[in-house]
Amino acid sequence: VCMTNCPTLIVMVGLPARGKTYISKKLTRYLNWIGVPTKEFNVGQYRRDLVKKYKSFEFFLPDNEEGLKIRKQCALAALNDVRQYLSEENGHVAVFDATNTTRERRETIYKFGEENGYKTFFVESVCVDPEVIAANIVQVKLGSPDYVDCSNDEATEDFMKRIECYKNSYETLDETLDKDLSYIKIMDVGRSYLVNRVMDHIQSRIVYYLMNIHVTPRSIYLCRHGESELNLKGRIGGDPGLSVRGKEFAKSLARFINEQNIKDLKVWTSQMKRTIQTAEALGVPYEQWKVLNEIDAGVCEEMTYEEIQENYPLEFALRDQDKYRYRYPKGESYEDLVQRLEPVIMELERQENVLVICHQAVMRCLLAYFLDKPAEQLPYLKCPLHTVLKLTPVAYGCKVESIFLNVEAVNTHRDKPENVDISRPPEDALVTVPAHQ
Amino acid sequence: AWASYMTNSPTLIVMIGLPARGKTYVSKKLTRYLNWIGVPTKVFNLGVYRREAVKSYKSYDFFRHDNKEAMEIRKRCALVALEDVKAYLLEECGQIAVRLSWTNSRVLIRGGVLDSPKYSSLPSSQVFFVESVCDDPEVIAANILEVKVSSPDYPERNRENVMDDFLKRIECYKVTYQPLDPDAYDKDLSFIKVINVGQRFLVNRVQDYIQSKIVYYLMNIHVQPRTIYLCRHGESEYNLVGKIGGDSGLSPRGKQFAQALKKFIEEQEIVDLKVWTSQLKRTIQTAESLGVTYEQWKILNEIDAGVCEEMTYAEIEAKYPDEFALRDQEKYLYRYPGGESYQDLVQRLEPVIMELERQGNILVISHQAVMRCLLAYFLDKSADELPYLRCPLHTILKLTPVAYGCKVETITLNVEAVNTHRDKPSLPSNNLPANPTPVRMRRNSFTPRASADTVKRPRHYSVGSKPLDLLGPFPPLE
Repeated sequence: VCMTNCPTLIVMVGLPARGKTYISKKLTRYLNWIGVPTKEFNVGQYRRDLVKKYKSFEFFLPDNEEGLKIRKQCALAALNDVRQYLSEENGHVAVFDATNTTRERRETIYKFGEENGYKTFFVESVCVDPEVIAANIVQVKLGSPDYVDCSNDEATEDFMKRIECYKNSYETLDETLDKDLSYIKIMDVGRSYLVNRVMDHIQSRIVYYLMNIHVTPRSIYLCRHGESELNLKGRIGGDPGLSVRGKEFAKSLARFINEQNIKDLKVWTSQMKRTIQTAEALGVPYEQWKVLNEIDAGVCEEMTYEEIQENYPLEFALRDQDKYRYRYPKGESYEDLVQRLEPVIMELERQENVLVICHQAVMRCLLAYFLDKPAEQLPYLKCPLHTVLKLTPVAYGCKVESIFLNVEAVNTHRDKPENVDISRPPEDALVTVPAHQ
Repeated sequence: AWASYMTNSPTLIVMIGLPARGKTYVSKKLTRYLNWIGVPTKVFNLGVYRREAVKSYKSYDFFRHDNKEAMEIRKRCALVALEDVKAYLLEECGQIAVRLSWTNSRVLIRGGVLDSPKYSSLPSSQVFFVESVCDDPEVIAANILEVKVSSPDYPERNRENVMDDFLKRIECYKVTYQPLDPDAYDKDLSFIKVINVGQRFLVNRVQDYIQSKIVYYLMNIHVQPRTIYLCRHGESEYNLVGKIGGDSGLSPRGKQFAQALKKFIEEQEIVDLKVWTSQLKRTIQTAESLGVTYEQWKILNEIDAGVCEEMTYAEIEAKYPDEFALRDQEKYLYRYPGGESYQDLVQRLEPVIMELERQGNILVISHQAVMRCLLAYFLDKSADELPYLRCPLHTILKLTPVAYGCKVETITLNVEAVNTHRDKPSLPSNNLPANPTPVRMRRNSFTPRASADTVKRPRHYSVGSKPLDLLGPFPPLE
């Protein structure tokens, strides 16, 4: 569902080490996941491509003519790519990631937006807490290509001087002077926000998202229910209970959770028996979310892949052709699933330590969000039974640890077969079906 | 609904701002929204308490800050209101109390009501301030005309006198009014400051899920005049034979209705009308006749009746007599086996409501249960009334926001249709199960009983799953 009529240009504003790139990347990931084609354009990257070797903070001194020329050139090159993405490549949102700390620069960009028919929305990050800034520098700057040959102390010292270069000319978004612009000003990593003139649905969603994310360290644990009776038989969907091995897994999961010693862990399940039975073994309170229920396979519910091939060969082929968008007759598609999981993602962002016990298709959607996997890859992500994925946000992304809990289970993963033609012989369709009873 | 799972401790919302800044409007609207999504909320309007205490209002002199006697009365009213708030949150299990404050002077907040022992004995509640700030004189004048002129304070005066007195009343407050200050004095408070009717917002220290939802809601509502049209699809083939659910097409009379709807819309001459339908055939066919662009929302699909899909009520009563009786007992909470409840429907319709708030003129072509849920939101109907609201076929409800509520016009488009409305039966049913366990809301983490064997049930529509075994084993299908 396209929610935007004209494309949106999001312009980041703020001194270095204020989380602009962090926000750009996260916002881009979220928008792409909900189906809004978005791309970020990091001007610093353009600078690195142009000026092969970074020397020192002096490049950023306000009176460095050469530096200023190059930086302006990079900004224009980036804007040109923005124009190409939004006007020629069917992008809906472009995130322009640079300091953009002067009113003059912002006006240039705003005019650019107007000329091209884009709606411009500014996202400013303001932070004066020296601890936060120091932590940012450690997390993302020390490992930057700019400082590959420096010691940590040298890098930090240089970076602090770099920030100083911007401070004198920094013009923060002002309630009076900028009252006609659309923007959100984020203060102290989300302690407070100033929101001005939200123009449309997509800006409203962006504001809501930005107001719900946080940077407190935490881990998200994703796993499926224990092996179910229908899993054993190779049947999809339904509402079966756990098999013997599935119950074993539930106990292993309880042990694992205890060992991890997680602070204030929240546990979420779907409203289907198999996830609830798994959670019950943990002996802790858990919340049941209906929207975490497995993808509805409609007329194919409780069938084996062999039965689907026999009864609905055309549907089976169509699904292989476009597994993300394909909707089971009277059922759902992965695309539908993403839409219904959006509140879960929003709430996961608000929360801290969470264990989500869900289902194969659901887990694939959640994982694709955290690991920024595109729609084509999403339905083929490997989410085996009896395996916990521990996700820990780090720097600009997510660290993944895969923990197999040593209880055997069937494999339920069906790869995309080579032949997806609607006239293919059954053997070609079934070649990738995993073994079952 | 699930929203109430997310709130642990009760919340006290305190509305702040000079008079005629929309505090009552926002309180009522917010309360209506929160109650609809399932968070019990109530408004405590200090103006009402003041009117009780001082039987007849004489003039704006009452509000002068140097009127000591009046200040005493106002302070006492605040304390009485606080008692009621406490009772609501503690004894009536309310979740949120919205309190209108006529001023935020430090006297009443710090070192005043909020510091009084009565307040601290409130359950550990979160306090969230909603401040409305407005410096646009046109907006203020419009507010006064729209709601103050007909206030009980001004029973017989003419407009100019009212406007004059009220503006002087505002001046009295301005003397002591101190807006929330996020940079210094109030930086530790949780609040949202709404500036110039939503042009700008300042949000500080949002503490939890419910505050985040409140902020999102407040940022999406607007006061631009507009009209919302609600109607159902034209009469369908299944309607004719009394079958519920399914995905049938329009009957001949249904197609006639679609044509009549087209004519009606044209006659109304609505500016920039948006049209929304569900993803079921009957609403889409209805919209197609309009010849305008429309958006299909899956979440506007009719309630999923699970195993009862495509059955008539007679068939359901014959095949699932216990289910049939239970539904009549608690129609809002009852979930069809393998299907949904009205409560589920409200949860899935929440994004529609949020988007409706953002929009201007809009026509929503939906279904009986869905339309009841939407209507209940706009007309502030309780969960008990919701499943019995009348939404007949071939009838359009035209909703126009006015003052603190919504004006409703019913327009029947003169095309005959079957009646699909089923009232709550008045006689007690004699075929209730032995232990009529009330079908309670699905709360967090309750222990499911040992599950019965899974009976194979045909699943038709995407949303819904077999509910857990709260009532004992289900009767076998065959």
